[in-house]
Amino acid sequence: MIEIKHINKSFEGKQVLYDISAQFYEGKTNLIIGQSGSGKTVLVKSIVGLMRPESGEILYDGRNSMVMKTSQIKALRKEIGMLFQGSALFDSETVLGNVIFPLKMYTRDSYATCKKRAEFCLDRVNLHGVNDLYPSEISGGMQKRVAIARAIALNPKYLFCDEPNSGLDPKTSLVIDELLSDITHEYKMTTIINTHDMNSVLGIGENIIFIRKGHKEWVGTRDEITTCDNVALEDFVFATPLFKEVKHYLVEQGK
Amino acid sequence: MLHNSLKIFGSYAHLMGRTFSRPDRWKEFFKCYIDEIYKLGVNSIPIVIIISLFIGAVIAIQMQLNIVSPLLPKYTVGVATREIILLEFSSTMLALILSGKVGSNIASEIGAMRVTEQIDALEIMGINSANYIILPKIAGMVTFMPVLVIFSMATGILGGYAIAVLTGIISISILTYGIQAFFNEFYIWYALFKSLFFAYIISSIASFYGYTVKGGSLQVGKASTNAVVVSSVMILLVDVIITQIMMG
Ligand SMILES: Nc1ncnc2c1ncn2[C@@H]1O[C@H](COP(=O)(O)OP(=O)(O)OP(=O)(O)O)[C@@H](O)[C@H]1O
Ligand SMILES: [Mg+2]
Repeated sequence: MIEIKHINKSFEGKQVLYDISAQFYEGKTNLIIGQSGSGKTVLVKSIVGLMRPESGEILYDGRNSMVMKTSQIKALRKEIGMLFQGSALFDSETVLGNVIFPLKMYTRDSYATCKKRAEFCLDRVNLHGVNDLYPSEISGGMQKRVAIARAIALNPKYLFCDEPNSGLDPKTSLVIDELLSDITHEYKMTTIINTHDMNSVLGIGENIIFIRKGHKEWVGTRDEITTCDNVALEDFVFATPLFKEVKHYLVEQGK
Repeated sequence: MLHNSLKIFGSYAHLMGRTFSRPDRWKEFFKCYIDEIYKLGVNSIPIVIIISLFIGAVIAIQMQLNIVSPLLPKYTVGVATREIILLEFSSTMLALILSGKVGSNIASEIGAMRVTEQIDALEIMGINSANYIILPKIAGMVTFMPVLVIFSMATGILGGYAIAVLTGIISISILTYGIQAFFNEFYIWYALFKSLFFAYIISSIASFYGYTVKGGSLQVGKASTNAVVVSSVMILLVDVIITQIMMG
């Protein structure tokens, strides 16, 4: 479980996050949702330590990462996997090379063992026959899946995903959502997903945190989201006519 | 202005502090190191040879045309050509040329890694990204630079010879005598010594500008321009200082 308390973050005097506290549960898909520019990426980067909040506590199963020494941070990072908004695959490595990379940096295993593990991870994300291609030679959706495979290579306890399905078609998005949800439950990971995709929210949102203009506005599950009376949230989630109808339908079903 | 320069120097020093630490995996380091020697060094040999040949030729022609004094012996052409190539061209001028080729390559490569979050991805894995990316480049450049300098010296003098052979404006025997006359081995050591500093300047400054890119591809372009400009100025500055100390 990851718990954050009173996180404040600003850039050159411009405050982006205001006093955010939240809990992210183990074995659950925790979603951070909000409009573009609301501060989701900044929040996730603050939690993993790529940005430093001005104040607050970040507790990884009780261990406060804000006060850790470099060596402790390094140890903690081995328990963290992250999927970046733009995949962030290493251009100079092949698909297999990318997934093997964390293994060869951190395990004493032989190349054959690392390769086996990497192939298992690639298989887990349904990628076959692309091992020797470079990231620029595969599609965006495949890149995302390679990035997921790389993120789970070391069997992380904490998995962070920044917009895992931005720029993907609905069907591929669904595949990725299911994949993330499956591995979360299978390996009891604490998974945190940034998204503004409503399909994901209603599909896999077990613990949803709604951020609006840098403030935490609402917390709940995907079932509660259909019945909640928070105006801003409703405005955000059910913005399109189609989703308004979906809500209608869901509410009626609930009765 | 001064405040800004100090701030930039401060973050440069900080980055170098992170760069010069023990690699996480020596095996990985050596692999990257060999790659960089190949990418930055070996791949620069053709341009070094071509430029040195032509400059050597041009220097020989200019010396022949301009040293027309009854007071100077004819072989002065050979001596002057050799000294210019050994003392300044094959170290300083070569470094300026490489700051364009290698410097912009390093800055844009690292800059692209920054804007596509590859550096963040390394950090998340708990890897010291500065050490992992930059150290092999600096080490590769510093160890291979002397080789490039020697290539440049040899082909520069060859260029001078080529002019004598092809045009006949200088007699080959006089040029040969001049090139060997009053030879001081120290000049070669001096040039090699200087080139180590230049190699460090080129690779570390370019890495710094690439690593600290903020934004997108536009900023990557700017960073590589800055890298070339700043490292060129630093090369000339350090040249003056080392020359004053070693020759003055
Ligand atoms: N490095 C930075 N320096 C200054 N301001 C920043 C920086 N990073 C983000 N911001 C600002 O923080 C705010 C939140 O940005 P953030 O990237 O977290 O949005 P987001 O919710 O992830 O949006 P999206 O859904 O489009 O990815 C924006 O107003 C942005 O301008
Ligand atoms: Mg974002």
